[in-house]
Amino acid sequence: MLKFWKKKPAEAPPAPPQPAEAEHAAAPAPAAAPQADAESLDSGCPALGEALSEAAPPEEPAGEEAPFAVPEPAAAQARRGWRERLAGSAFARGLSSLFIRHPKLDDDLLDELETTLITADVGIEASTALVENLRRRMHKREFADAQALLAALREDLVQLLRPVQQPLAVGGRKPFVVLTVGINGVGKTTTIGKLARRWSDEGRGVLLAAGDTFRAAAVEQLKTWGARNNVPVISQGQDADAASVIFDALQAARSRGVDVLVADTAGRLHTQGGLMDELGKIARVLKKLDAEAPHEVLMVIDGTTGQNAVSQVRQFRQIVGVTGLVVTKLDGTAKGGVVFALAREFGLPIRFVGLGESATDLRVFDAEAYVDGLLPASLGQG
Amino acid sequence: MFESLSQRLSTTVNRLRGRGRLTEENIRESLREVRIALLEADVALPVVQALVERVKVRAVGQEVMKSLSPGQALVKVVSDELTAVMGTANTELNLAQQPPAVVLMAGLQGAGKTTTVAKLARFLTERKKKKVMVVSCDVYRPAAIEQLRTLAEQVGVKFFPSEAGQDPVDIAKGAIAAARREVVDVLLVDTAGRLHVDEAMMAEIKALHAAITPVETLFVVDSMTGQDAANTAKAFAEALPLTGVVLTKTDGDARGGAALSVRYVTGRPIKFLGAGEKTDALEPFHPDRVAQRILGMGDVLSLVEEVERKVDQEKAQKLAQKVMKGKRFDLNDMRDQLEQMTNMGGLAGLMDKLPGVSGLPDSVKSKVNDGEIKRMVAIIQSMTKKERRHPDLLNGSRRARVARGSGTQPADVNRLLKQYMQMEKMMSKLSKGGGKGLLRQMRGAMKGMGGMGGGLPPMR
Repeated sequence: MLKFWKKKPAEAPPAPPQPAEAEHAAAPAPAAAPQADAESLDSGCPALGEALSEAAPPEEPAGEEAPFAVPEPAAAQARRGWRERLAGSAFARGLSSLFIRHPKLDDDLLDELETTLITADVGIEASTALVENLRRRMHKREFADAQALLAALREDLVQLLRPVQQPLAVGGRKPFVVLTVGINGVGKTTTIGKLARRWSDEGRGVLLAAGDTFRAAAVEQLKTWGARNNVPVISQGQDADAASVIFDALQAARSRGVDVLVADTAGRLHTQGGLMDELGKIARVLKKLDAEAPHEVLMVIDGTTGQNAVSQVRQFRQIVGVTGLVVTKLDGTAKGGVVFALAREFGLPIRFVGLGESATDLRVFDAEAYVDGLLPASLGQG
Repeated sequence: MFESLSQRLSTTVNRLRGRGRLTEENIRESLREVRIALLEADVALPVVQALVERVKVRAVGQEVMKSLSPGQALVKVVSDELTAVMGTANTELNLAQQPPAVVLMAGLQGAGKTTTVAKLARFLTERKKKKVMVVSCDVYRPAAIEQLRTLAEQVGVKFFPSEAGQDPVDIAKGAIAAARREVVDVLLVDTAGRLHVDEAMMAEIKALHAAITPVETLFVVDSMTGQDAANTAKAFAEALPLTGVVLTKTDGDARGGAALSVRYVTGRPIKFLGAGEKTDALEPFHPDRVAQRILGMGDVLSLVEEVERKVDQEKAQKLAQKVMKGKRFDLNDMRDQLEQMTNMGGLAGLMDKLPGVSGLPDSVKSKVNDGEIKRMVAIIQSMTKKERRHPDLLNGSRRARVARGSGTQPADVNRLLKQYMQMEKMMSKLSKGGGKGLLRQMRGAMKGMGGMGGGLPPMR
């Protein structure tokens, strides 16, 4: 349902597309930012234009913004990738345009900051809390200038995400069972394809279970991923019982002695009670073979989702005890701000972030890099 | 889906209702509430600001002064503005073209394009009596074509086969030729999901659009999308001459702000709502009704239409004839009635559309479940055929058996039988005295309810 990662058929899937693609991504980001600001002044909707100009003033020259989106050369490859991909996001754009004007340190600045956070899907509650904290500290004259305020905001954002930066360790158990859940169309199957690639590159034996027996051709989709990464897939075909497929797969994983079993499930809206109960059943059935399975319940969240993500996680956590999150589709203009709201509300570890279409575009979540990408430290210092 | 938004708005508006006079001060307060409510509902910020501004301009000034009840005036202004943004009436697909009319779908990954194609194919076949063909131009995602083929089989429409190695434009052209040969009315073209920032993919869909000149170009968008909905919709609207929007996954609890954003940014009408996993879960979108629902006025019109569509006409006819002939209403008939209720989305689905329900506390709403109906059906199904036809047969030991068989308590069986007796009594009145007997009975019942029927005018 998701990725069109096969877009360039000429390119062999294992070829790391980073160097060329990274440059490509870096170049248009700074140029595109002010351009997009100007473009968003839609002549057709004057009100919309006005509103946007308030958040992102068009008078800001292109040259000044360029340095901020360019990553520091010393940064590690992975971190550079993050920044390049996220720097073009409206979140960074909105914030950098805010600070480029060297604004006065006053309540208007804070209000604007709050608006920008809200526009980035951070959520009303989290945004208000962050900004009120800054306001209190500002009134105590804690900040010398807007830059100090920005640094404090950066620190707050990192603080929010640091506790949830816990990488997934798949060792220790054999097989380590990962159950993937989420609503429809968030990228579960694609994420599993990427995970299979990652773990088999690490030299682990991986087995996939085609537990999405509802959606048409979902089993074929997973099989294609399996064939591409030379990873076996256990399936029973359309309309089979998902719990039984995954149970079989766990037995197979044991007898073949693989290291990691990744189970796919059908996408389901968190409001559909019956389908949610089915997930509970899958987890219970697995416990018959291994009392500790599933060792990880990985919930996939679409990065473009708004505040509804909170409701999704709440429901899924209640039913299957989600133990980790993957945030996908962050390579568009989506700002992924809902991550902050999720971290604040649930504190669930964020394991991976999906940043693109190719099999290697799944990165381990890194709080510093995430905030760096959204809100570069160099911001406003030019 | 719009429930949370309507809840939020109705509390702020209720607060206004309590005021004797509407000052500029308390308008500002409630406008701020409206703003927060809309933002929390994921309406894009520019749209929120524009909307609030328009409400403010209209609310402060003459209209309020003239109005007897300022609170009502503000409710009306907010409702009017929401409706104005959403559009005024349902816009149907424009298929008035020499067949085949081509419909192109576009959207991000995972928005629900392929599923929508299947639902739309079924909608056009069943309700518009069109001959439909579908084709997939998604040559990228593994098994995407296979998915559409399976769905086409399920809904019983023609499928034009394509392969992953082919060029999307060639596929579409081939499909149009085939559609012409086979004289189909509508050709639905599914495409790969694409990010609006992916220039190569956006160029591809532009080329596809130019090659097939669709009569309708529908933008499919996930109703859970956040602030990004405005960016995405804008980019797609610039790349393609969109003619409409399909909003998917509306059966979740998303607040539906994306509907407002997309509608405002693209200026194109929302034509359909996807509201479920099954292929029949596609509803025409009625903006005026949705705006009313947001304000807690309910969506009675949709409810009436749904009842008309989903009630099994044949069965209803049969029952009516049976009752008229003076035959007994038996437990089989009762089971049919209960099942029809479940078909209409159950009690929760019905309640969702009724006025005033959004104001009920969640604790009350959660008590409404369809478990009771299912249990009643289970009890009836645990009876023998003879017992269902002649409920009088059910003595104590039979009732105990039925309770065991259906996994319920004998008390549940008794309660069901009591309900049956009441229904049976009504039905027999109906058959004896035509409509009159029933009306009299109902009036009697109303009077019994503590004088509530006191204000009821005489029936004739």
